[in-house]
Amino acid sequence: MEKRVTFKGWLLPLLLLLPQVIITAVFFFYPAGQAIYQSLFIPDPFGLSMRFVGLGNFEFLLSDPYYRASFVTTAVFSILVTVVSMGAALYLAVLADRLIKGSGTYRTLLIWPYAVAPAVAGVLWMFMFNTRVGVVSWYLGLLGYDWNHVLNEGEAMGLVVVASAWGRVSYNFLFFLAGLQAIPRSVIEAAAIDGAHFWTRFRTIVFPLLSPTTFFLLVVNIVYAFFETFGVIHTITAGGPQQATTILVYKVYADGFVGQDLGSSAAQSVILLLVVGLLTIIQFKFIERRVHY
Amino acid sequence: MAKLPDSGMVERRGAGLWITHAGLILGVLVIFFPIWLAFVASTVSQPEIVRPPMPLLPGDQFLENYRKALVSGINAPVALMLLNSAIMAIGISLGKIVISLLSAFAIVYFRFPGRRLFFWLIFLTLMLPVEVRIVPTYEVVAGFGMLNSYSGLIFPLIASATATFLFRQFFMTVPDELAEAARVDGARPMRFFWDILLPMSRTNIAALFVILFIYGWNQYLWPLLITTDPSMNTIVMGIKQMFPSGDDVADWPVIMATSILAMLPPVIIVVSMQKLFIRGLVDSEK
Repeated sequence: MEKRVTFKGWLLPLLLLLPQVIITAVFFFYPAGQAIYQSLFIPDPFGLSMRFVGLGNFEFLLSDPYYRASFVTTAVFSILVTVVSMGAALYLAVLADRLIKGSGTYRTLLIWPYAVAPAVAGVLWMFMFNTRVGVVSWYLGLLGYDWNHVLNEGEAMGLVVVASAWGRVSYNFLFFLAGLQAIPRSVIEAAAIDGAHFWTRFRTIVFPLLSPTTFFLLVVNIVYAFFETFGVIHTITAGGPQQATTILVYKVYADGFVGQDLGSSAAQSVILLLVVGLLTIIQFKFIERRVHY
Repeated sequence: MAKLPDSGMVERRGAGLWITHAGLILGVLVIFFPIWLAFVASTVSQPEIVRPPMPLLPGDQFLENYRKALVSGINAPVALMLLNSAIMAIGISLGKIVISLLSAFAIVYFRFPGRRLFFWLIFLTLMLPVEVRIVPTYEVVAGFGMLNSYSGLIFPLIASATATFLFRQFFMTVPDELAEAARVDGARPMRFFWDILLPMSRTNIAALFVILFIYGWNQYLWPLLITTDPSMNTIVMGIKQMFPSGDDVADWPVIMATSILAMLPPVIIVVSMQKLFIRGLVDSEK
């Protein structure tokens, strides 16, 4: 789509673009280029010179059991966050959609956790499950369950998943509710007249009609779990225990800033660039399609 | 289904209605619980927390804990961290809106060499979230001497393909007649931009501001990297810094008061500007 009516001149538009182009070049493209460049080198131990190693950093990474483990951890983490937050949101949205009035009130009550930063959410959940003072862990102890996410890998994963999914429920709820309310009542009522019960209607009509929303949320939530949950991991587990919650983004930080292993960190950045690129393409392919719906 | 109600046969009535409400209320309570606990913890004294179980109803230390957090904090006064967060969040949102408005105007209303190229360059930034390029971006900012500064907090996060696309999308829907009329009247492009386009974009700008403010306020990794000086910490990243290293006991009431203060501004904005917020959310994901 193009505008028919445009203004003349080429200097003015270039000047208008200048601020964005400068910011983008200095803080986006140059660093990305640096990441690609640095990923081909290994700095000597004193940081005085760089030795060219070609794809050596990548070869090393891909054969490194810790890095491979981090890939698996990221996959498990993202799938769990997506399933938990979308499942809870769909459940609440379906209930709210059944109400003739009052769904607006529930919407107000449910949307605001979106505004809570992942890092703050991490602190709240870490407080509840703290091994010394946590309320939930204390009551679990009464029930005979000895909660300790500092030592237990499964519990650590469970906690970061729930803390990451918690704030995300709001977002998914909003989109699911909008999707449900966009389904024509007449279609559902026709099925009801034919004697289809709630669960049958949901399975055969509502859920298929909701699939564009579901697919969109699937991609958006995976992107969220990959890149925006750093705060949760950093506040609750710092990647531990034994790297059980070290997702890829956390590993770039841990290796680059804490471990000072610049070559490896740069190579990891490049691999992440490819992952984001892939996810962005999937997202846009889908949005292209959504326009035609 | 023998007898159908007069209207809304799909919606629940009677017992079903109550089960629906019960399900929703349960969900709301689960969502609220962590916040409630944090609030309670911010109103009691330290001994009440470190001897579990802590109380589940608010205590009488509200003023004391919040005063202590705001005025002295642990590494830096929380009032100062709130100010830093506000400057960062407002700087990021205004910056993104201004540069995106200008570049969208250029791309939609002009034909000039390199237009497509610029469009794709901006598009590509979608694929470069700060989490992916942290080390080299840190080096650039350090090279400019922008560590521990507001410009270091703001500028690297300011370029936004999303906002540019949003305004581009909106400008495309503005009737051509308006630009035509402006041109016939001999108005310069920037006159048209100021007097017609900008006022028409008001709602879009407001909706986007709500989303971007939350985005800026909630940044964590970037401030963590570049603000080593506690007086430059933002509140969201500063909370974690309040935990002692090693085996010392954390000052839970002050930390929880800080957590509540950290979520208050964005939550107030989302709840009070709910319509704009939802619009911004839906728009920015299009």
